[in-house]
Amino acid sequence: MSPILAGVLQVSALVAALALVHRPFGDYMATVYTSPRHLRAERWIHRAIGSDPDAEQRWPAYLRAVLAFSAVSTLFLYLLLRLQDRLPLSLGFRAIDPDQAFNTAASFVTNTNWQSYAGESAMGHLAQTGGLAVQNFVSAAVGMSVAVALVRGFARSRTGTLGNFWTDLVRGVVRILLPVSVVAAVVLVAAGAVQNFAAPQEVTTLSGAVQHLPGGAVASQEAIKNLGTNGGGFFNANAAHPFENPNALSNLWEVFLLLVIPFSLPRTFGRMVGSVRQGYAVVAAMAAIWLCAVVAVTALEYAHPGAAAQAAGGAMEGKEARFGEGASSLFAVSTTMTSTGAVDSAHSSYSALGGGVLMLGMMLGEVAPGGTGSGLYGMLVIAVIAVFVAGLMVGRTPEYLGKRIGAAEMKLAAAYILVTPALVLCFTAAAVALPTPPDSTLNPGPHGFSEILYAYTSGANNNGSAFAGLNADTQWFNTTIGLAMLLGRFLPMVFVLALAGSLAGQKPVPDTAGTLHTHKPLFSGLLVGAVLVVAGLTFFPALALGPLAEGLS
Amino acid sequence: MNAAALRSTSRLTGAALRALLVLTAVTGVLYPLAVTGIARAALPGNAGGSTVEVDGRTVGSALIGQAWNGPDGRPDPRWFQPRPSAGGYDAPASGASNLAATSPELLRLVEERRAQVAAFNGVRPAAVPADAVTASGSGLDPHISPEYARLQADRVARARGLDPAAVRALVREHTRGRPGGFLGEPVVNVLELNAALHEAAP
Repeated sequence: MSPILAGVLQVSALVAALALVHRPFGDYMATVYTSPRHLRAERWIHRAIGSDPDAEQRWPAYLRAVLAFSAVSTLFLYLLLRLQDRLPLSLGFRAIDPDQAFNTAASFVTNTNWQSYAGESAMGHLAQTGGLAVQNFVSAAVGMSVAVALVRGFARSRTGTLGNFWTDLVRGVVRILLPVSVVAAVVLVAAGAVQNFAAPQEVTTLSGAVQHLPGGAVASQEAIKNLGTNGGGFFNANAAHPFENPNALSNLWEVFLLLVIPFSLPRTFGRMVGSVRQGYAVVAAMAAIWLCAVVAVTALEYAHPGAAAQAAGGAMEGKEARFGEGASSLFAVSTTMTSTGAVDSAHSSYSALGGGVLMLGMMLGEVAPGGTGSGLYGMLVIAVIAVFVAGLMVGRTPEYLGKRIGAAEMKLAAAYILVTPALVLCFTAAAVALPTPPDSTLNPGPHGFSEILYAYTSGANNNGSAFAGLNADTQWFNTTIGLAMLLGRFLPMVFVLALAGSLAGQKPVPDTAGTLHTHKPLFSGLLVGAVLVVAGLTFFPALALGPLAEGLS
Repeated sequence: MNAAALRSTSRLTGAALRALLVLTAVTGVLYPLAVTGIARAALPGNAGGSTVEVDGRTVGSALIGQAWNGPDGRPDPRWFQPRPSAGGYDAPASGASNLAATSPELLRLVEERRAQVAAFNGVRPAAVPADAVTASGSGLDPHISPEYARLQADRVARARGLDPAAVRALVREHTRGRPGGFLGEPVVNVLELNAALHEAAP
């Protein structure tokens, strides 16, 4: 079988699996977030928290709970890393430096998982499983909670309330992320991923050399890292490391895991607003953009432009033999477009234009299909903008799902989409204008600029992958990328929850002959257009200086 | 901040801290221990790192690539050689070169490796496949392409005084097709192949 045919079959198998699973899984998630009943374990947890799981919150209260939980998480993780040398199970690793501990804490709490450290030579078992992996769960559950709160804003009328954050958080972890992760982790172990709490094992090889084989709770972390679209690798090489991703089957399984929640949540959304077709219009736009990017990057990697790749006879630099160009490209597109940031190959070594598409995938705002929860709320904000644009064209007051999109709603949507471009472009400009930050780049010329642009794009959009030639473990990059991650995560959440509160308080507008049909393919097309125009064009000048200049020269 | 706001903030912070601690116990302690328990009971070999034993001695992991050098630190012709590695197959230092496809340095490295691999194996430079001249993503790639393995068979046979046909048969035996017929790429596991070679002719 030719590699290209195998690549096509691989994508087809993935799409078929997602098509099969999204329905029961999306419906299940809708039940989770609407059921009035609490499991006994959840009641225990709520008693420990001291919260009433049935108390409805208005948007400011919901937001305060999100921010309080995230602030406490950041501080807790920061202390865990700073005190690593004095806590048990450290494997003898030293305390993490203040700037790197801030960066890492911000990174994992914001669901970004940008890593300026190498896991196997910096983090002990306690930091990995008790700190970082915990945030993999809860940051994903926070994202889903905010998405569900926005959906409730559309679904509810004449009430200011959006549900209860603590209930949504606990249910997301207990009923969705935890059970799926257990199954996912066992499958990964069956494929060959390691799962133990052992210290590195010293062996003497057949050629007489000494090798230290690392251990760790890798499979359990790998499962939630993908399912929660977190992406932080147990090891420096992330999912390229054979202990994290042992073969091509585990590779496809990991891609499936990182796509399954983002591609199923639109079904959940459709269920909760009472029309699954509304969900399908959203998922169609997500899938169209994702598939175009898969085709583009895969084709570019098979063609392997670039002098070094041409000389090698294939784009295998930074790629594993067991994956090859096809499986690596599929993983790369899926990880950048879901805000995951796990990598099974070195994105920096992709062809200039292929790497540019990966960067563009993040710049579109992580909406195709985007991260757990954040993808759905990002796309719904784009939908608000799309109906506004459509309303302007025909001279009607825009409406979406029976809610009027007035000046207040548009201001919040506009503020939402301005946050990440402002962060990415300002920080990148500052980094290239200052004297020392450019010293961190590995490659010369436009690719060096791309390394910096990629870093802030990845941080502000909460992706976490890297053009890893950049030495990001400097005070400048640790601090500024840390700020980009925090602002890029929580400012949009403020606007989303305010929007949700404003929508939930409205009374529904009745459908008329002039109402825009937002459950039809035309609207999916409008969504794709809005994503490309709003987010894509903002970054065109920056892309022209990096990947376009490199690819066309 | 007035007293009421302060009270409500501290109440909220307390709730957030308790929520984090409870969820840490569930997802940071119970979950990894449960998975470890299942993994060790059902799949002890995989959970422990897929180690390979030769003559009753652990000689590495089937999943972690190794350097196959002689005492002089240069590639040993008696062993099948792995792909280039950005970290020199140092297991606690995984990672890629991150050099761009347009990088002049990578171009130089590729040309150097092509010449070296061709001379080492006594083949034409054009016959050297891409995976033999490029460093992997992990720096610990345990595999090489079947083309690269076949290209090395005659040289290994020469260095060990073996029948080339027997070494080629060993390579065929250790060539793994795509899982499921269409996932990833066909590969040869270097440690498993070398271990079989060692057992055939120590």
